[in-house]
Amino acid sequence: MHLTHLSLADFRSYPRAEVSLGPGVVAFTGPNGQGKTNLVEAVGYLAALGSHRVSGDAPLVRSGAERAYVRGAVQGGGRSTLLEVEINPGRANRARINRGAPVRPRELLGSLRTVLFAPEDLTLVKGDPGDRRRFLDELLVARAPRLAGVRQDYERVLKQRNALLRTVAMARRAARGAKPDLSTLDVWDAHLARAGAELTARRLELVAALRPLVDAAYARIAPGGGEASLEYRGSVGAALPAEGSEPAELEAVLAAALAESRPQEVERGVTLVGPHRDELLLGLGGLPAKGYASHGESWSLALALRLASYDLLRADDGQGLGDPVLILDDVFAELDARRRDRLAELVADGEQVLVTAAVPEDVPAALSGARFEVADGAVRPSAVGS
Amino acid sequence: MYEGVVQDLIDELGRLPGVGPKSAQRIAFHVLQADPADVRRLAAALTEVKEKVRFCAVCGNVAQEEHCRICADPRRDAAVICVVEEPKDVVAIERTREFRGRYHVLGGAISPIEGVGPEDLRIRELLARLADGAVTELILATDPNLEGEATATYLARMVKAMGLKVTRLASGLPVGGDLEYADEVTLGRAFEGRRLLDV
Ligand SMILES: Nc1ncnc2c1ncn2[C@@H]1O[C@H](COP(=O)(O)OP(=O)(O)OP(=O)(O)O)[C@@H](O)[C@H]1O
Ligand SMILES: [Mg+2]
Ligand SMILES: [Zn+2]
Repeated sequence: MHLTHLSLADFRSYPRAEVSLGPGVVAFTGPNGQGKTNLVEAVGYLAALGSHRVSGDAPLVRSGAERAYVRGAVQGGGRSTLLEVEINPGRANRARINRGAPVRPRELLGSLRTVLFAPEDLTLVKGDPGDRRRFLDELLVARAPRLAGVRQDYERVLKQRNALLRTVAMARRAARGAKPDLSTLDVWDAHLARAGAELTARRLELVAALRPLVDAAYARIAPGGGEASLEYRGSVGAALPAEGSEPAELEAVLAAALAESRPQEVERGVTLVGPHRDELLLGLGGLPAKGYASHGESWSLALALRLASYDLLRADDGQGLGDPVLILDDVFAELDARRRDRLAELVADGEQVLVTAAVPEDVPAALSGARFEVADGAVRPSAVGS
Repeated sequence: MYEGVVQDLIDELGRLPGVGPKSAQRIAFHVLQADPADVRRLAAALTEVKEKVRFCAVCGNVAQEEHCRICADPRRDAAVICVVEEPKDVVAIERTREFRGRYHVLGGAISPIEGVGPEDLRIRELLARLADGAVTELILATDPNLEGEATATYLARMVKAMGLKVTRLASGLPVGGDLEYADEVTLGRAFEGRRLLDV
């Protein structure tokens, strides 16, 4: 699939912007702080209903404005779809498809698929376990929008169970030795085990599918750099069944782990086992990537994770909508000339690749295609195209 | 902040469910500008509902007498009780004309986030109704969302030892929503296809 048009109103630095795009490589260049990332962030928002830079929506609305609009025309599977979202920070966002009646923004998911790589992705390697869990969960939803529900269900159960544990822990502290009524905790355990098992099963499946793709992508960007490895480490410890196990099996394991950790949970007032505590361990050449890999290696590994995601989404295009849109924000400046060229070769055949760079010369010559100059709030086709 | 009584009105409105500070302000100013007769009618309706309507001593549904219309009707099957969260769910189920038994209104669902535990719901009253063994089926029609499911699981476990038939509405209801949002046909079908709840 590819985006044929992007319209913004009061999004980030743009009062308005209209950009027409074609398939192939589209590069946005221009000095720092001119709004290149803002553009591709809007594209990512339309696909994922969230920004890759901030968790809340407020910074996306141009300062002084009340709401932002992002509209994109997507061409894929032989038809064109117009997606619109109105961003209302603090209130419900609204969305429309093909100028129809307003729908819940969730309905948009799946119509535009993107894979976005940005400097922030360094946290995939160097950041907290939560960053890697989010990576997995977002990819799950990108592959199968239905799974947004699985993720939400788990978060809701977890919140309820933590609220209960907190009051139980407080009551215990207030009245030393008092035995609080834990009958409702059993109920939440059962629901947490079920929702958690479903989420864990999906993640295990995903890690298995990603593993060879990440290793291959890393080898292509950084040949001779050692094997890139992925391992899913469950908070239930060694008890986690192998990849490919049925949710029912995982549910039993999770239920048993909850029973075992209950004394500590009641003491501390928080849920200690479950997918919200699981880890995706990344390795390079037999060593953990976090804490060992160099800056350049970490960068390449993060990039490999995104390229693997791209390959995965490309391969399971059940609806025949075509490749996802690949977005590379500021990636070339960080790579040496050789890695730049390898990356360019790797992505050159993508259906649509959006690239940003502050320095036009950083975009490898092998990536011929449309060029836009972004400056002073305007996006103009570049005179000096290649 | 507005002066005295205006702010009082805004504060009172803001305590209503689903009314945020902005809406409270909007409603308050609507009331200020409205025709005095309209406002008197609204005020009368509010007072009257508190004076005349109470909750059924048996099932917790809204009632004008000590017992609600359904509990007072001898033609309703006393052997089947349908458990719902709110009186509005009774209305929704009655619309389907699928159910001839009686109800029990819990007054909500278990939700630790909102500080609602089993002791805040009319569960003790339900157990008392089941004590004499006359009830043979308990239909758990709490909302098809997490809190409704959790409440159903909790109740099913509580009454497990009593040996009565415990059923849950069939899936197919809009997941995550309120019972009252389901249309009559869907809700009727969910009733017909209710399944045994195994906990
Ligand atoms: N909500 C907002 N309202 C107004 N301006 C904003 C808003 N959010 C961001 N900006 C402005 O947008 C600019 C950043 O744009 P962007 O991140 O797209 O830059 P860029 O072209 O990608 O730069 P770089 O080359 O440094 O990555 C900043 O000047 C920032 O002040
Ligand atoms: Mg940028
Ligand atoms: Zn009654």
